[in-house]
Amino acid sequence: MENEKDVLEVRNLKINFNTYAGTVQAIRDVSFDLRKGETLAIVGESGSGKTVTTRSIMGLNSPNAVIDSGTIMFKGQDLLKKSRKQMDQIRGRDIAEIFQDPMTSLDPTMKIGKQIAEPLIIHKGMKREKAYAQALEMMKLVGIENAEQRINNYPHQFSGGMRQRIVIAIALVNYPEILIADEPTTALDVTIQAQILDLMKELQAKTNTSIIFITHDLGVVAGMADRVAVMYAGKIVEYGTVDEIFYNPKHPYTWGLLNSMPTMDTGGTELPSIPGTPPDLLDPPVGDAFAARNKYALKIDTEKQPPFFKVSDTHYAATWLLDKRAPKVTPPEPIIERQKHYAELVHQEIDKSKGNHVEEQEEQL
Amino acid sequence: MAKYLGKRIFYIILTLFIVSTITFFLMKLMPGTPLTNQAKLTPTQIHQIYKQYGLDKPVWQQYLVYLGGIIHGNFGTSFQFSNQPVSYLISSRLGPSLIIGGQGMVLGVLAGLVVGAVGAIKANTWVDTSATIISILFISIPSFVLAVLLQYYLGLKLRLFPIADWGGFMYTVLPTLALAASPLAETARFMRTEMVDVLSSDYIELAKAKGLNKVGIIYHHALRNSLIPVVTIIGPLAVNIMTGSMVVENIFSIPGIGEQFVKSILTNDYPTIMGLTIVYSAMLCVVLLITDIVYGLIDPRIRINK
Repeated sequence: MENEKDVLEVRNLKINFNTYAGTVQAIRDVSFDLRKGETLAIVGESGSGKTVTTRSIMGLNSPNAVIDSGTIMFKGQDLLKKSRKQMDQIRGRDIAEIFQDPMTSLDPTMKIGKQIAEPLIIHKGMKREKAYAQALEMMKLVGIENAEQRINNYPHQFSGGMRQRIVIAIALVNYPEILIADEPTTALDVTIQAQILDLMKELQAKTNTSIIFITHDLGVVAGMADRVAVMYAGKIVEYGTVDEIFYNPKHPYTWGLLNSMPTMDTGGTELPSIPGTPPDLLDPPVGDAFAARNKYALKIDTEKQPPFFKVSDTHYAATWLLDKRAPKVTPPEPIIERQKHYAELVHQEIDKSKGNHVEEQEEQL
Repeated sequence: MAKYLGKRIFYIILTLFIVSTITFFLMKLMPGTPLTNQAKLTPTQIHQIYKQYGLDKPVWQQYLVYLGGIIHGNFGTSFQFSNQPVSYLISSRLGPSLIIGGQGMVLGVLAGLVVGAVGAIKANTWVDTSATIISILFISIPSFVLAVLLQYYLGLKLRLFPIADWGGFMYTVLPTLALAASPLAETARFMRTEMVDVLSSDYIELAKAKGLNKVGIIYHHALRNSLIPVVTIIGPLAVNIMTGSMVVENIFSIPGIGEQFVKSILTNDYPTIMGLTIVYSAMLCVVLLITDIVYGLIDPRIRINK
């Protein structure tokens, strides 16, 4: 899976938390890549380890987190081996992060101009005037009107959506290689959500920043991500391109997630949900962690953890259902619908490439 | 700002009026008389003296007379200190009280901020635990006990400072320390709690994500935000210092208004009690006004509209 275009490679990451109750195995062997300029969505319910994974990329995990094993390679260096001082230099310059709640993530007692200029002053040693000029540019870029006047305002003088724009401006002011967005739209109302997502896409196109987009909202993922990794109980259970995950999901957990997402077709019936609760990671189950909630679970699911089975070059899923010896199961009705749609998509792709091919030939003639 | 100040000063005057009214009538309810040798006097003599000081009139009339005096800047003359005007008595003794009170306040609050901040930064380590122990000790030990301990150890044993009396900076050290202990402890406890809260807030996370180091985070983001709630306890702390000073001044024989206040109450020296009550209330009102202004300077969200 090593790739020239990868900006970040996470390999076999295992993180434990020491608590009074015992050791919580929050991240249990996670590996993934992030490519230049792409958006990778990490999807999963609360407690699945999405945030812990990204916190360890930033080097900002709480003191009781213990990195058991693994590497996080960035620009040929393992971030997990960096000292705190070295991480201070990487954070905000090469890797930036935006948080969930814009109402609380800005310092209430500091003018926003200074807050945006701060990363420039820290990392590039810029003089105040120059940093403020660049902060002003950034404010215009993220769509804050009257930036010249508003640069001297305090956070409480802005609305939630505007504050998230400011947080994005802070994150991107140094044009980082990687932007980690931890549920950046969860605290915003739906219309503002769409604006912020559009803004992120627009800025990504301009800056070619790679984005790790953490969310539990699949609806947001569809419009935003290039690739999706689904996390459950500290593991990635399925990953693939956004079309593969949405229209050809293989893991029963992904089925459950997609089924419990309301769509335009969802009628007056009750929205399906995944029964049960995630396992206790103080004492994770021996086999597939999802087995207890999975109506398609096989006997082996309770005995042995499934490896990743290859679905396509870009699509892998960790479920025993993909084993040759597994019985054929019929996914839930809506998933079959999705798979039909996927078949159409694939056909269109093929037609398109055929069409291109014909054009090329014509040009040659 | 000027409009705001004008409004606040009007309220201060109103407060002082209400306080002096209540104090006046409460004072008249106190048992005893201003006369120290009442037993030896005949009723005619007593009546004579009462008449001389206007104490023979009904209480409400005495009150009106007193109010009339205040409006003309006349706080009356003391019963005890051979007819000295109260305004002179107070102004000549205000200095020492302001010095030890001010020093105690500044030292207590500043040291408390440092102890609290260090405790929060090193939360749940031995540094934090010792800071907490110091705070608990200083809150629990009354200032008069601490005053005596300071006199004994630093004054008598080590002979570092004079144990009592007044006359220069060295004489102020022990009373200042005795007064500073309680505000130090209160400020430290408050500051620690606030700062622990602030350090776990989202904007500190964002500051870390920007790549600020620990010192930068504390200096640029954590301190100012932790200070906001701490400012609110400065008013109560000032009250603490004022009441503490009454006892402490007596222990160190400091010629201040605290000592005088206690004496005047014990001897029913009505004009002096009234004068000092108004002075103490005025000082507290001014401290509260300053607190509110500082509050606005630190927190832009409640800044007074210009």
